[in-house]
Amino acid sequence: MKIWVPADAAAKACGADAVAAMIAHQAAQQGREVQIIRNGTRGMIWLEPLVEIEMDGVRMGFGPMVPGDVPGLFASPESHPKAVGPVEEIPFFARQTRLSFARCGRIDPLSLEDYAEAEGWQGLTRALELGPQAAIETVTTSGLRGRGGAGFPTGIKWKTVADAEASQKYIVCNADEGDSGSFADRMLMEGDPYCLIEGMAIAGLCVGATKGFVYIRSEYPDAIRVMEAAIARARSASYIGPALMGQGPAFDLEVRVGAGAYICGEETSLLNSLEGKRGMVRAKPPLPALEGAFGLPTVVNNVLSLGAVPWILTHGGAAYAEFGLGRSRGTIPLQIAGNVAHGGLFETGFGLSLGALINDIAGGTASGRPFKAVQVGGPLGAYHGEDDFDLDICYEAFAERGGLVGHAGFVVHDESADMMALARYAMEFCAIESCGKCTPCRIGAVRGIETLDRIARGEADAIEILQDLCEVMEKGSLCAMGGFTPYPVRSAMRLFPEEFTQLREAAE
Amino acid sequence: MTHDDRLSTILATHSGRPGALLPILHDVQAAYGYVPEDCYQPIADALRLGRAEVAGVVSFYHDFRAAPAGRHVIKICRAEACQSMGGAAMMAGLEHALGMKIGQTQNGITLEAVYCLGLCACAPAAQVNGQLVGRATAEQLEALVTEVSA
Repeated sequence: MKIWVPADAAAKACGADAVAAMIAHQAAQQGREVQIIRNGTRGMIWLEPLVEIEMDGVRMGFGPMVPGDVPGLFASPESHPKAVGPVEEIPFFARQTRLSFARCGRIDPLSLEDYAEAEGWQGLTRALELGPQAAIETVTTSGLRGRGGAGFPTGIKWKTVADAEASQKYIVCNADEGDSGSFADRMLMEGDPYCLIEGMAIAGLCVGATKGFVYIRSEYPDAIRVMEAAIARARSASYIGPALMGQGPAFDLEVRVGAGAYICGEETSLLNSLEGKRGMVRAKPPLPALEGAFGLPTVVNNVLSLGAVPWILTHGGAAYAEFGLGRSRGTIPLQIAGNVAHGGLFETGFGLSLGALINDIAGGTASGRPFKAVQVGGPLGAYHGEDDFDLDICYEAFAERGGLVGHAGFVVHDESADMMALARYAMEFCAIESCGKCTPCRIGAVRGIETLDRIARGEADAIEILQDLCEVMEKGSLCAMGGFTPYPVRSAMRLFPEEFTQLREAAE
Repeated sequence: MTHDDRLSTILATHSGRPGALLPILHDVQAAYGYVPEDCYQPIADALRLGRAEVAGVVSFYHDFRAAPAGRHVIKICRAEACQSMGGAAMMAGLEHALGMKIGQTQNGITLEAVYCLGLCACAPAAQVNGQLVGRATAEQLEALVTEVSA
């Protein structure tokens, strides 16, 4: 009997280890032969821990499980109170277009056999056949743009590095996923680490880099452990190392662990951190593509950008570009978080409307109270209200409406949300996490907190000062930290002006 | 006192590694529970850096401690997704139960803020002695508090 119990950090945080232990215990007591596989998560986090049992070749789900639910699993699985039916037929799952996350939750994350059986290494094999130039063209054709938030075309970045002359080049994977509401990088690293390894190997082959770094934030101990184990196994099986797939050029990988600095998700700050320095943002130019890690040409890509690459090489750039909307091609793993009934990861082509995501997919709020606002794209993203439910999820539409898709995290708040407190938090977070290099961010964030406190005390003239401060931060900051912190602040004021003025009236 | 064999071993392990300072500091903290100030100079010497450069890196990153943490470390996520699910009230409840404020170390317990554990779809989230807790409730955390205090 095969039983899957996710070892994803979210599943573990909801008690998956205790459930797995109970399954092993019960099976031993009853003398049943059970194979427990610790898979990644399917991304339906509200069902975690989601246990799966193979019955007549179909994987049936049970969740959210607690250890007390385990005995019933063996007795009469069909009538188990936590039975959710065939996992892949759950509407949340069935409605997705899973390309990058096709394997996540299905396979044993560290099994090289499972990976190879599920299209693993086919993208790298194809890239080796095509050669660097044609492989880069495939990525360019796919229309893939940087999934970390900036949306820069991946193929163009790779070509810039490929064309640079240097004795050593690097691939750096940005796995410093610090945005609240985002967990797709973590999910992929924990659930399908070889996918990221393959994507990085393809990037290395394409640009002529023989060394890669995965920079993972220290808040992700499970992802660090899984990636390190996967790299070691891929190396011993000769998929990476002195010769890619045993025949290509050299490419090896190393995990580097961050140290709790949000700013290191910014690529130049990440590079400084990688070099052992303070995570201070660098002015651009020079572009990291030309002078990146240790001053050498470097591809810096997000986990999700690199994770999309194996599929693209396997199925072709045109096949990937068939999904999407406008200039946002392919699929995007939407991360539904916060106060939602159905939180989790939903991979789909660009173009789903914000309203459909929140009402249909996420099933409204978890509290059952009316929806108030959703923050899209992390702590630097804007708040959107119901008026924006017509927005199609793609880079251009959100930019036009004064927001951003960013890393595609959606944090939903119900009517109890205190927008003044959230705006203040945005400034506070910027003050805590600013690298301190540029004045608008370093000083502006502190002044922002003070000015919001003045507004809260009923000082009417402070609203104009805050608007002015936001403009200075947006236009004058060196990077997105100070530059986008005004997004949540101004959008909160625009959407709910009464919350920033009624306090004044109350004070009077 | 701290410039002992453990530090020499750590420095030897990372000898010649490019950008070794963060990995060294992580190892030092794992060995000593914090980054003792008298490690700065030996680390600086090994990497051919100035002492100030090492001090600057240690102080830049939130992870590196200047003093040992309590025997038990409780991290509470303060980020938006956790706020949307009552994280602030949960934190206040825990502060009350422990009789201490976030950022303090008391009676062998360190209570500190963290900005996202990637558990945003099962918020609010916390981490107690490395163990992640999703859908954390006041009751559950109170139970953990009793457990760690015992």
